[in-house]
This record gives sequence, structure tokens and C-alpha cells, in this order.
Amino acid sequence: MTKDRPLTALAGFRLGRLPTAKNVGQQGIYHLLAVLICLAMYAPVHLVVVNSLKDRTDARSMNIERPTMLHWENYSTVIEQANLERAFLNSILYSSSSTLLSTILAAMAAYVMSRNKTRLNRFLYFFVIMGIAMPVNFFTLTKVMQITQLINTQIGIIVLYAATQLPFNTFLIYGFVESLPRELDEAAIVDGAGPLRLFFRVIFPLLTPVLATAALLSFLDVWNNFIFPLYYLNDTSKWPMPLAVYNFLGQFESSWNLVSADIVLTILPVIAVYLLGQRFIVSGMTAGSVKG
Amino acid sequence: MLHNKVYPFYFTLGTIILYMVFFVIPAVMGLGYAFTDWSRYSSDMNYVGLENYRILISSENNYIHYARNTFLFTLNTIVLKTILGLAFALLLHNGVKHLRSLYRMIIFLPAVLPMVVVGIIFHSVLNPRRGLLNELLRMVGLGAWTQQWLTDPKLALLSIIGVDTWKGAGYIMVILLAGLQTIPAEYYEAAQIDGANALARLRHITIPLLRPALIVATVLNILYGLKIFDTVYVLTNGGPGYSTEVLYTAIFKEFSKGRYGVGTALSSLLFFVMVFIGYFVIRLMEQGRTHD
Repeated sequence: MTKDRPLTALAGFRLGRLPTAKNVGQQGIYHLLAVLICLAMYAPVHLVVVNSLKDRTDARSMNIERPTMLHWENYSTVIEQANLERAFLNSILYSSSSTLLSTILAAMAAYVMSRNKTRLNRFLYFFVIMGIAMPVNFFTLTKVMQITQLINTQIGIIVLYAATQLPFNTFLIYGFVESLPRELDEAAIVDGAGPLRLFFRVIFPLLTPVLATAALLSFLDVWNNFIFPLYYLNDTSKWPMPLAVYNFLGQFESSWNLVSADIVLTILPVIAVYLLGQRFIVSGMTAGSVKG
Repeated sequence: MLHNKVYPFYFTLGTIILYMVFFVIPAVMGLGYAFTDWSRYSSDMNYVGLENYRILISSENNYIHYARNTFLFTLNTIVLKTILGLAFALLLHNGVKHLRSLYRMIIFLPAVLPMVVVGIIFHSVLNPRRGLLNELLRMVGLGAWTQQWLTDPKLALLSIIGVDTWKGAGYIMVILLAGLQTIPAEYYEAAQIDGANALARLRHITIPLLRPALIVATVLNILYGLKIFDTVYVLTNGGPGYSTEVLYTAIFKEFSKGRYGVGTALSSLLFFVMVFIGYFVIRLMEQGRTHD
């Protein structure tokens, strides 16, 4: 967005004036400010990375000094002691299955609600996206989870997570379907495609950008979620990473090097997904606030 | 009708069923259970009328205080995140001319980190004896400013607000940046010719034209603030005493104590508040989309 804009649009302040000493100085101050803000945002992440490589005594004070020796073994220790392999696989399982489920279901629903705007479908669309605001009633949800025998099961938490992602994903995908020309559908129908083939062969591939956004946001949201397993998974062997980290902190509060290593392993996938999908994530998080 | 054949209703069923089972049915059940003495320890359940609601507003229980804390948290985080988010957005959009995407990426980073992890890190940073914040203050000669950030009842809520603002300001910045990009540069040029200074341009062009984005950011912040749980749970768990207890940590405590009736009544109250707010959110988000 920066390169091909005219100079005037860039700053708003500097209407086509030639660079002057004052402006160079001003730019310097702006950059200094920006760098300071970035430091404040990055510092806590830096803190855990640095301390995850120290020994126990040095990590006690959790300062930002460099480690005297790199203790990589902290990572293997914490993986073993906190049973992280299990928690990691649980997190992967919950995040990917619920993302897949909620993205496909929301895409199918959003597509039909957007294409076939009957009175019922319009009502259902608003009804579903009200879920973006609706709070969870954890007490009666417990009852529902018990009746459906989903409480304290992995399949239960996956379906529950998928349900929590549906309202926003439906909202996001609905807007995108609106922008796809209907002529595509008509051409496919003339060629004799049924509804399933029309959707999965013709429409679905065209939805890729919005599906990527929906999937990335769901994945992060589920990966980071703490409250649902806290309420609905009693069995420690089914816990995902955030709960395992929290529990580990309770047991090893004096070993901040290990706690830090555990934290780094928890946020590494998040940061990787963020760096790879930044564009999609930002567009999804601002959808509806200005334009779709 | 042909439409119903091409866009069959069963496409929406997966979404509707999951949404009904995990959101709507528990919410509706809650309205009924709120009038009972439902508890984990007794198998029979009796109708108790408005008793649960009486408990919620009575002075021997602290719910009014928790509601007040939740309100203070929400109000303060809205103000702080909006001011900082706007300042960051203006700095990146109108200030610096290079490295914008890099700055944006780093400032937004805290928003994608799991709240539990952020809580654990700040629990260490805010430790009065060894924590990074007090260490930094001592280092620069501001030893007098060191505080018991999380254990002083007067400060604990403010510290939580600070941590949450650190995490969320980048998100608001991204929403406002998207809004700033929709303001045509010509407006600024015209204002400049009319001799409006930077402050006047901010007041008379930027802020009014950012209004839709500001409103959406605020409403999202309200919904987020009312539901706040992890931040408080990890940093103070409502303490010291009840000084930082908010509605959702109180709900979790009711859940742990098995007092389901009172918890359900509280959840039902929140349901009405948030659905009311949600109605406006959805209208706004849909409006945001039709502006394309």
C-alpha cells in the first residue's frame, strides 16, 4: 500500500513539499516512537525466550540479561516433566478438527443463506450471527454436555469448539459469497451439476481466501482457548497446551526456566501461524468494522 | 421453487443444529433454571421464585461489587485501548513513511498470544521483589515508584487493566488503520489549503470520518470486557480479597462450589445484556459491509 501512493496521501502533513531538515527530524522522532512501542510489545516475548535458556538460579529473577550458557536441555526436561507431547497433540487435534468442521459447515450455511434469500434464511442468518455476542451459560451447557454424553470427551470439546466458531465464520463467509457472481452457478447448473457438485467443485475453490481467513482465526482462537477445557475436561491427559502450562506453573513455580520453556513451546505455533497468515488474520479481524 | 433445489436447506442444518444445541438451548434452559435451587449436591430441584436474583442484589453477597469491577475494567480498557490504538494508527498511517508493515506486525503480536500465557508472563513481570517492572524502575532511579502491583487491593485492578490494554491496543490499532485508509487524501489537502493545522484536521476530518470504525471497536471492546475471565483468573484470581473479582470469575467460583442456581441466574442476566448489545453490533457490522 505504501509504494504507489502519491506523496500527498502518504503523510497528509507534507503536501508535495521537498524533504527539509525539519521533516527528516520529524521522521526520526516518529521512527523512534514506533520502535519504542514495538519494544514494549515484544519485550515480554523476549523475556520468556531468554529465560527459557537459563539455569534455574539465573531464571529466578526473570530479567532480560543474556544467559551465560545456553541450557537447551530445559526444553527436553519440560517436554518430559509436563507431559507436553500429549498436550501438544491434544491442542493440534482440537484446533485442527474444530477448525475444519466449523469452516466447512459455516461455508455451506453461509452460501445457501446468501444465495437463497428466503424470509426463513434471512432470519436464520441473523439468528446465527447473534452468537457473536451471546455469552455462554456454562451451567446449562454442562447439562447439555452430560445429556449428549460429550462431557470430558475429546469429541465433545471438538464439537463444542466448532460450535463457538460458527457464528463469526458464517458472518465472514456470507459477505464473501455475496461478491461472487451468480452467473457461475447458472453455468454450472446448465452443465448439469447438482447442488453438492456446484458447491464443492465450483464455489468452494473460489472461497479460498475467506476460508483461509476463517480457518486461521478459528485455529488461533481454539489454540489459545483456556476456559472450555477448564470447565469441561477434568481428565489431565485430555488437556490442551494453555491448561497444561497453567497447571505446570502451579507445580514448578520456582523453576521459571522450565515455565518459560513451556510458554515458548505454547506460543511458537501461534507465532508461526501469525507470521505465515498475517494478511488473512488482519483482514478477518477488521471485517465488518470498516468494509468487508 | 427452483432456488430451493439448487441451494438446498440441508446445507444450513449442520450450522443450525450445532448452534442450537450449544448456544441457544443452554441459554433458554438457563432462563428456567434461574428460578430453581439447582445445585451439584442435591438431585432434586425446587422452584424458588426470584430467590437467586435476590441473592445477586443482596448486600451480604458481593455481586454488585463484581459487576462494578467488570464495569470499571470495561470502561477503562475501552478508553485506554482506543486512545493508544488511535495514536498508534495515526503514527503508522500519517507519521512514519517506511517499515509500516513491520511495525504493524509487531504491535499487533500481543493480540494473537494466548491470554493465559500473557497472564503468566506478567505475573512475573509485576512481581514486587524480583519482577522486571520494579527492577526497571529501580534501575532508572525511580525506586519510589515501585509498587505491589498485584497484591495491593487499590492497584490490582489497575494492573489488570494495564496488562489487558497492552494485549488489546494493537487490535484496536488495526481496526482504526483500516478505517484511516478509507479517508480520501483530498480532504486533508483541502483542509490544508484552508489553513487547518494538524489538530484541527484530526478533530474535524479524521475523528468524524473514523466514527464507524471507532463505534465498532468500542462495541467489540464492550462485549470483550463484559466476558473478561482469563486475564483476571491468571493474574489475581479475583484477589486480594475480592478486590478484582469480576462477573465471570465469580461465575466460575459458583460453578466450582456447585451453586448452579445462582450462577445460572447471573448468566441469564448477562445473556439479556449481551444480546441487547449484540443486536447493535450486528447491525453495525452489516452496515460496515454495505458501504463497499
